[in-house]
Amino acid sequence: MELNAEERAILDGARGAAARDALQYQIEVGTFWGAKRFVPVTNVHMMGDIEVMGDGGLAWLKGRDLAGAKCTVSTTTNARCMDFAHCERMGQDAGEAKKEREIIATLQRMNVITTDTCINYQTVYQPHLGEHVAWGDTGTVIYANSVFGARTNFESGPAALAAGITGRTPEYGFHLDEHRKGTFTVELTAKLGDLADWGAIGKLVGETHQNYYAVPVFHGYHRTPTADELKHLGAALASYGSMGMFHFVGVTPEARSIDEAMAGKSGYEKMVIGDADIERVLAGYNLGDGDARLVVFTGPQQSLFEMKRLAELFAGRKVKAGGTCIVTTNSAVLEQARSLGYAKALEDAGVTILQGVCFYILQNLSPMREKNGWKNMVSNSAKVVNIIGAHKFNTILRRTEACVEIACTGVLK
Amino acid sequence: MRIAVNRAFGPVVEGEALVSEEGFSPRYDLDRWSGLITKPGHKLEGHSIVDKVCFFPSAKGGIAAGWAFYDIQWKKLAPKAFVFGVTNPVMVQGAIFAGIPITEGWAPHPRDVVKTGDWVRVDPARRTIEVLRRA
Repeated sequence: MELNAEERAILDGARGAAARDALQYQIEVGTFWGAKRFVPVTNVHMMGDIEVMGDGGLAWLKGRDLAGAKCTVSTTTNARCMDFAHCERMGQDAGEAKKEREIIATLQRMNVITTDTCINYQTVYQPHLGEHVAWGDTGTVIYANSVFGARTNFESGPAALAAGITGRTPEYGFHLDEHRKGTFTVELTAKLGDLADWGAIGKLVGETHQNYYAVPVFHGYHRTPTADELKHLGAALASYGSMGMFHFVGVTPEARSIDEAMAGKSGYEKMVIGDADIERVLAGYNLGDGDARLVVFTGPQQSLFEMKRLAELFAGRKVKAGGTCIVTTNSAVLEQARSLGYAKALEDAGVTILQGVCFYILQNLSPMREKNGWKNMVSNSAKVVNIIGAHKFNTILRRTEACVEIACTGVLK
Repeated sequence: MRIAVNRAFGPVVEGEALVSEEGFSPRYDLDRWSGLITKPGHKLEGHSIVDKVCFFPSAKGGIAAGWAFYDIQWKKLAPKAFVFGVTNPVMVQGAIFAGIPITEGWAPHPRDVVKTGDWVRVDPARRTIEVLRRA
């Protein structure tokens, strides 16, 4: 990689050992991908909690702190694995909670803003067209690239932290024009009336095109999608397809037309998704023994609008005795949901609201499943339905209203 | 028999091949406390990745993989190397962070030349994978 004078100085230790090591690591990653140079970033979003990091990650992080690591650009954190107010009731380990607090304190010493959210793009920072950032998780990346027209790769925790420390990232992947063009089109003739339907598109398109550099171009939809709909679409595409970008003609900034999104290419694959395709996804889940005791609204965290809708659907109802319904969101949304009465409506119905976490990364999730005897997990999020398999849940995607009905009646259909 | 790869990181390693027809995520598919692939229905369900040279056609989702490789290395459950047909940045960032050799791109396709249980050598600098012994 070509280094400028500042980067050469960092490698020579001008900004300390931590910055030197971070840049050296970024050079290895950039070299693998054939990056020619670094690009400066304005914002970093990183994943770092005890469930994903483990003891080894924590030990490494403490070492970086001792080496004087400090982030030099605005750096925020993704959802974590514990809401301390609910740890004990959720059966999470006190010892791991102590480590989680250590991680938070260490990151704060390193000049990281611990926002604990996977919807930073809805609540914290909205980069502009062409702005280079270094974000993770995948849902944040695909939203940044697609909806904002900002530029980022999937940046894992260590890679994002390195970018925060050095203020730059290797220029490869979605930082370059050549990877931002559409590779196939998807005509949407389906009505898509629920967030689960948008996630189902992600499953249909992602599973059949598992490739980071596959960029679907959606078109033909009968109205303008909302931010929450694009959030569920993007999160599912990233989850099922490992995709980092999509275009939506007339909606996203680099797709004023199919031709622009496809960069004038021809002979590409053309998919069509209609109502029957969505219904087929929803009908395709094995219901097991009908266990309906766990319903989750998570992955990504709920926006204020999702909280409002759930509050309306749960108003005057109760989660069925013996059942568990979990909603996750971030501190900013929860604060507003409390002041607007949405949180109370949910809690009166027996819903557990967890702050700053996502369900699938909860510490101790497998033992939690065993202790509660949960077999099925029902959700309106196609992403969480996809990614929780290693914890041995049988997962079922259902529309939002159906999820509420299942939570309140205990009947799974 | 040799496989050429397009991109590679890490030192030369040798190990037993584990060849998958399905993609991989250390978060979605792997039990990070045993090194076993536990996702129900995964084509390698029940297989261990520990000390194996793992061939996967693709990578699945997952930013958390960046920490997961370091975590399994710390727990001594890491594979010898990851050989991907197509991968994503997180797998590469994670493998480099953990010091695990990783490659992307292959010709010919491993399914034609290497089987689970074969002994293989991964040479990132020369961008080659060689089958040394048949199972």
